[in-house]
Amino acid sequence: MNDYDSIDFTPLVALSDDEVVTHSFVRDVPLSGGRTLALVTLDNGRDHTRPNTLGPTTLLELRDVLDTLRDRASRGEIHGVAVTGKPFILAAGADLSQVDRIPDRETAALLPKLGHDVLGRLGDLGVPSFVFVNGLALGGGLEIALNADYRTLDLSAPAIALPEVFLGLIPGWGGAYLLPNLIGIENALKVVIENPLKNNRMLKPADVLDLGIADVGFSPATFLEESIRWADGVISGSTVVKRPNAPGRIERAVKWDAAVGIARKQVASRLGRVQKSPYVALDLLKAAKSGTKAEGFAREDDALTDLIAGDQFRASVYAFNLVQKRAKRPAGAPDPKIARKISKVGVIGAGLMATQFALLFVRRLQVPVVITDLDKARVDTGVATIRGEIDTLRSKGRISSDEATRLSALVTGTTDRADFADAGWVIEAVFEELSVKQEVFADIEKYVGPETILATNTSSLSVERIGERLEHPERLVGFHFFNPVAVMPLIEVVSAPATDEVTLSTAMVTAKALKKNAVITRDTPGFVVNRVLAKVLGEAMRAVDTGTSFADVDAAMAPLGLPMAPSALLDLVGLKVGAHVLDTHHAAFPDRFYRSDNLHRLAEHGSLLERDKSGKVTGFDKGALKIVSGGGTPTPPPEILRRLEDGLADEIHRMLEDDVVHAAEDIDLCMILGAGWPFQMGGVTPYLDRVGASERVFGGTFHSPRIAGVN
Amino acid sequence: MAENNDVYFVDGVRTPFGRAGEKGVYWDTRADDLIVKAIIGLMERNPTVPKDRIDEVAIAATTQVGDQGLTLGRTAALLAGLPKSVPGFAIDRMCAGAMTSVTTTGSGVSFGAYDLAIAGGVEHMGRHPMGFNADPNPRFLSEKLVSGDALNMGVTAERIHDRFPALTKERSDRYGMRSQQKVAAAYDAGKIQPDLVPVAVRSATGWGLATTDEGMRPETTMEGLATLRTPFRPHGRVTAGNASPLTDGATVSLLASSDAVSELTLSPKMRMVSFAFAGVEPEVMGLGPVPSTEKALRKAGLSIEDIGLFELNEAFAVQVLSFLDHFGIDDDDPRVNPWGGAIAIGHPLAASGVRLMIQLARQFAERPDVRYGLTAMCVGLGQGGTVIWENPNWKGKK
Repeated sequence: MNDYDSIDFTPLVALSDDEVVTHSFVRDVPLSGGRTLALVTLDNGRDHTRPNTLGPTTLLELRDVLDTLRDRASRGEIHGVAVTGKPFILAAGADLSQVDRIPDRETAALLPKLGHDVLGRLGDLGVPSFVFVNGLALGGGLEIALNADYRTLDLSAPAIALPEVFLGLIPGWGGAYLLPNLIGIENALKVVIENPLKNNRMLKPADVLDLGIADVGFSPATFLEESIRWADGVISGSTVVKRPNAPGRIERAVKWDAAVGIARKQVASRLGRVQKSPYVALDLLKAAKSGTKAEGFAREDDALTDLIAGDQFRASVYAFNLVQKRAKRPAGAPDPKIARKISKVGVIGAGLMATQFALLFVRRLQVPVVITDLDKARVDTGVATIRGEIDTLRSKGRISSDEATRLSALVTGTTDRADFADAGWVIEAVFEELSVKQEVFADIEKYVGPETILATNTSSLSVERIGERLEHPERLVGFHFFNPVAVMPLIEVVSAPATDEVTLSTAMVTAKALKKNAVITRDTPGFVVNRVLAKVLGEAMRAVDTGTSFADVDAAMAPLGLPMAPSALLDLVGLKVGAHVLDTHHAAFPDRFYRSDNLHRLAEHGSLLERDKSGKVTGFDKGALKIVSGGGTPTPPPEILRRLEDGLADEIHRMLEDDVVHAAEDIDLCMILGAGWPFQMGGVTPYLDRVGASERVFGGTFHSPRIAGVN
Repeated sequence: MAENNDVYFVDGVRTPFGRAGEKGVYWDTRADDLIVKAIIGLMERNPTVPKDRIDEVAIAATTQVGDQGLTLGRTAALLAGLPKSVPGFAIDRMCAGAMTSVTTTGSGVSFGAYDLAIAGGVEHMGRHPMGFNADPNPRFLSEKLVSGDALNMGVTAERIHDRFPALTKERSDRYGMRSQQKVAAAYDAGKIQPDLVPVAVRSATGWGLATTDEGMRPETTMEGLATLRTPFRPHGRVTAGNASPLTDGATVSLLASSDAVSELTLSPKMRMVSFAFAGVEPEVMGLGPVPSTEKALRKAGLSIEDIGLFELNEAFAVQVLSFLDHFGIDDDDPRVNPWGGAIAIGHPLAASGVRLMIQLARQFAERPDVRYGLTAMCVGLGQGGTVIWENPNWKGKK
């Protein structure tokens, strides 16, 4: 156990001289019976765009305030203590802006201890403590509440979560011990493990109440008044608080370990074993079954120190900042003010991709969208599909009935391309073949005005060549979506040599209006995501063709912690597409990209993975294994891994030299958003730096200093 | 057609009143939030009243801009969580705003148009000083329709002192001191607090809770009052001690028809007997309650002697005293403002009318010997308003 009183926290304070301090203001509030509630307001003096955060100076100020209140309580001057936040926000958690300044493990160890020292005081004031969760409460913000005796909740609170595991940490200011002991192990697993790993899902107010995190919820208009009245009732004894989800003896004896065990298996199957934070959190939740709070806090101290000092957390913070900040201000984007206004959209094609485009454009831009295809039957089917999707959105309550009517009326189909005449934006979703796309655009140019933006969704062709037959190639831009269109957040906006600034600006503004993150790339083969993935698949097939089993290749590449093994990725994109991707990259860069005849044979065969009736993967397809059984000299796994790492470092280094994108950060952003590559890798380049691949290949690093942990 | 069109004051609540200005408790609180919290408090106190049965929400404010603009009755209803099917509107008759909310919706009840109505008012004088940004027509001055003095309420109060030399500064000060003492005594006896809806208030130094009226000065003495300056003219008589302070606050009431009272088994606190508004010279606007009261008495078929309790708005002591002198009532008559008035509690212009009714209603409950009571107030630009009420608890012969 840790004696926090004797710890000198000044090294942490010294690191954060520019901390935006969240102050702890105290005002006394009269209760019934002449009693008094000391109400602490956390407020950093900024508006809601800069939420309260908990840095060292903030925490030490709160510690002093709580000490004063404990003294007042012992003198009988106050009968309860409540903490709440500034409007809409309790606190967004620990101030992570300083973490990359932590110089060593010793300093890292102070952070969990300071949180425990301060927040732990809420459980030891001598009078009941309350937190009125009035809004956003993330991580350490929510742990303030967990350390108090009672919690009320504003029923409009926008985001409540313990997202630590998502960022490579664990709830280490009491959360990992206190939460399961408050709401039971299964609920705690959902909050601490499951939600963070579901793309950092937040809790809705109703969830917070159902799970038992808050004792009671009040509507926002009179939230504070009602919270004070409720606290008055608790203090006076007229209100009795029941906690049906609090774990009992049986849950501890029977359910606890089993639930943790099940969760551990689920994490392993979904995520693999590379990311450390979920497993550390699982260990802590398991241990929270028994022992004292002080012991729980001590375990959190050690666990959090390891993670803060480690590589994965630094990479995760880097990745988080890319997604939160860089994605919103894309590098190299022209002035959005010069963008053309789009008041009608044309979609060439009426197939699966085209209908997905049409649905997205009509929902987000709310302008007329017209689709076209070779014959009326296809067009009618396409329009019916889109309207069906709109109706599904309505029946799920995602859009109102009025909105559904509006959107359905905006979608029309035609076989007469003259109907595209007044479209400001035309995007094609036709067969991925150069001559076809060239023909389609050359034809459409006869009908549309000179300012209409033309966008191609090509994933592998040269945008420049697609525009070769255009009179005005300056209005052609690559607009590469990822499948499924509605879900995947990335668009690669491809700036061809002829693409002008207005077109590029319009593409970026349009991507934003579609609620997608756009990254500008040069018109080079595979742009970013497919080029990097082609490297992975190429190295995998190279190893397979030497006689290494798919299973061994998957295992050899597992240390990266990619969202799926190469075999699963091939299965997802389709063997034909996979073979095509390797071919095109090999054609462009024959020295560096591998192409595989075996992959073509597999594509002809049609399947790689074996599935049971429910679709669950049970192994590899026997026929597929036979096709690739020819190689006689399997590659040793360490060599496969090293070839992959070095190959990636080399290729990405070349991409940056060639200015495909402006910075390593953009490569990482693309891989995170377009391929789901993990935060713990920082996308890809922080990983390549920290495993030494960058140094081996080009004698340097992508990042200086490297994005890595401390000793 | 409704057969029985009696109008009942079922209940009323208000926010604690705050001192207007930067140091006041509501400086960082929106005006519409004040009235919204009052409406929520009113509905919580009357849980048997179905929210979707409210037929009208009339909310008054004098300066209807910013957070007091945008058709307060409708916006406040939406913000207070009343169903979207409940309509609402905004009202302005300066100081008699809330009183006019009550008489207007009360008229609708009487006509059979409403079964249940919410009527109230709000004024955040800190955010919206009286007359701020007003653009009076130049004809008022060029045609001498209204003296420039008439727009300054303090100056109109000095003018009443001029008109009635018997109304001395000493009498005004004493009246002001008594108001402070009576409010303090009422607070001590717990008469005021039950009708207050606490309001959470934000400040630069954290959240607090407003639970009592902020402007009270129970320590007031005649000696202290004598030293106060007379801001409206040199050697004048009107001071901060014998006038109501600038105030922020909101009040709201629930009115019902007799049908609704019996259907929902409500226990109304007052029955509306009559009301009247009347005009006087704007330069002596404080005299307005005299003609409005005479008119209301006439409509009710009552005389001043029938009135057992008076709740008079104390915009200025001299203006209340002029009323009392007119009707031959003593300065210290126990029927008049027994729990004090606006000089101590404050006068958030368009909110004050319902504050008078809240206090009269609570006195009715304690005074089954009293049959009739009266609420009256003066209004800027020369008006008065009076509502006469009957006490349902009256035990005498009908």
